[in-house]
Amino acid sequence: MKRKSCHGEECSVEQQIENKEFKQVLIELLYQLADDDFILAYRGSEWLGLAPHIEEDIAYASINQATMGHAVMYYELLESLGEGTADELAHSRKAESRKNAILLEMANGTGTYLNQPKYDWAFTVVRHYFYDIYKKLKLESLKQSSFEPLAHAATKMKMEQYYHIMHWKVWFNQLCLSSGEGKTRMRAAIQKVWNEFSGVLSYGPNGKLMFDNGLIDAEQTFKKQWETEMKKVFEEISMPYPGEPKSKKGNGREGFHTEDLQDALATLSEVYTFDPQATW
Amino acid sequence: MTLNNELLIRVEKCLENVKDPEIPSVSVVDLGMIEEIKILDFNKIHIKALPTFLGCPALEIIRKNITEAILQISEVTSVEVEFIYHPPWTSDRISEDGKERLKQFGIAPPPVFNDEIQEWKVECPYCGSYYTTMENLFGPTACRSILYCKACKNPFEAMKPISNLM
Repeated sequence: MKRKSCHGEECSVEQQIENKEFKQVLIELLYQLADDDFILAYRGSEWLGLAPHIEEDIAYASINQATMGHAVMYYELLESLGEGTADELAHSRKAESRKNAILLEMANGTGTYLNQPKYDWAFTVVRHYFYDIYKKLKLESLKQSSFEPLAHAATKMKMEQYYHIMHWKVWFNQLCLSSGEGKTRMRAAIQKVWNEFSGVLSYGPNGKLMFDNGLIDAEQTFKKQWETEMKKVFEEISMPYPGEPKSKKGNGREGFHTEDLQDALATLSEVYTFDPQATW
Repeated sequence: MTLNNELLIRVEKCLENVKDPEIPSVSVVDLGMIEEIKILDFNKIHIKALPTFLGCPALEIIRKNITEAILQISEVTSVEVEFIYHPPWTSDRISEDGKERLKQFGIAPPPVFNDEIQEWKVECPYCGSYYTTMENLFGPTACRSILYCKACKNPFEAMKPISNLM
């Protein structure tokens, strides 16, 4: 991957963002990264008080707080590029302008937080574990990014990501290696996550330009790394690798989303829209 | 000694009294959070600080506490605290004094991370035994884990090791 991006010369952050194409694809990439972490942290926070036991409640709250902190970092980078304040970017954007993968917006299960939350812990464990493995690799790639502020942010985030993966790995392996209901539900959850994971791996319509500008590894290179890592995951639980992941519900990077996102945005921005001027 | 140097020393002293809002025995200096102190024209103070954890909700409180503490110095006209991410904060930035003060508060300092075996040993802050077990990797704050000492039968917390190796 190229570190330099001003016609082969080292150049400053200011010079980089004077380049229209560079700035545009950088912004698109940042939206994908920010929106992914933001919506998954929101889904995670919907488990507060409902997690399987109290230690898990504490752990998961901590993970969501960190993931939300990562989303804030990306939104702040967008703020520095003139996209609006981080708060606006997180709360006020309509579903169509969000760039998160559809897998991450999917509801935790049936019911709502306040009314019969029949959430699926197996789905939560699988979605989080697979996403966190993906995110670790993405951060490794971003550490080499041509946009230095992003490279620095990625370096910091990756240190925290280490603990998230460690946590989900324990849940994932123990449930998959269990017998009876645990195993059956994990298999179903793996299938459900696999049906949409291709959307997470997508760089969207400008993926090639992201690579050309040295922002991140090429989409295909990245996908191969991810596959290698995932094959190890399936080997550990002695399950066959499920083959190519799909994106049955569409590509969130292109602005396609489901009702689940609309509902989530309506709930999470309720207080903000009530009084956008409020200070926290 | 120039006047600026004198002021710098006073600012540094001041920062030693700015404690972590959740661990009142350790200061932001002990934690290695202060990267740079600059005295600008008209005695404006600019501080570059490193956040320990990105989602830490205490950051804004820390920013406010640093500002208020330094404004106590009469010559200072204004204070700006900027959080930066390079270099990243790692747990080896905690000073020796800081480690001692963490223990006084019942929190084990971050253990040394052994990359080869991907694991660490934590010393009980109460009795010094290594006969301890991890109860929960995640604790009451993002930067701490919950452990149990099998020697003195006390539960305790430990700061998580954070390193570039991870």
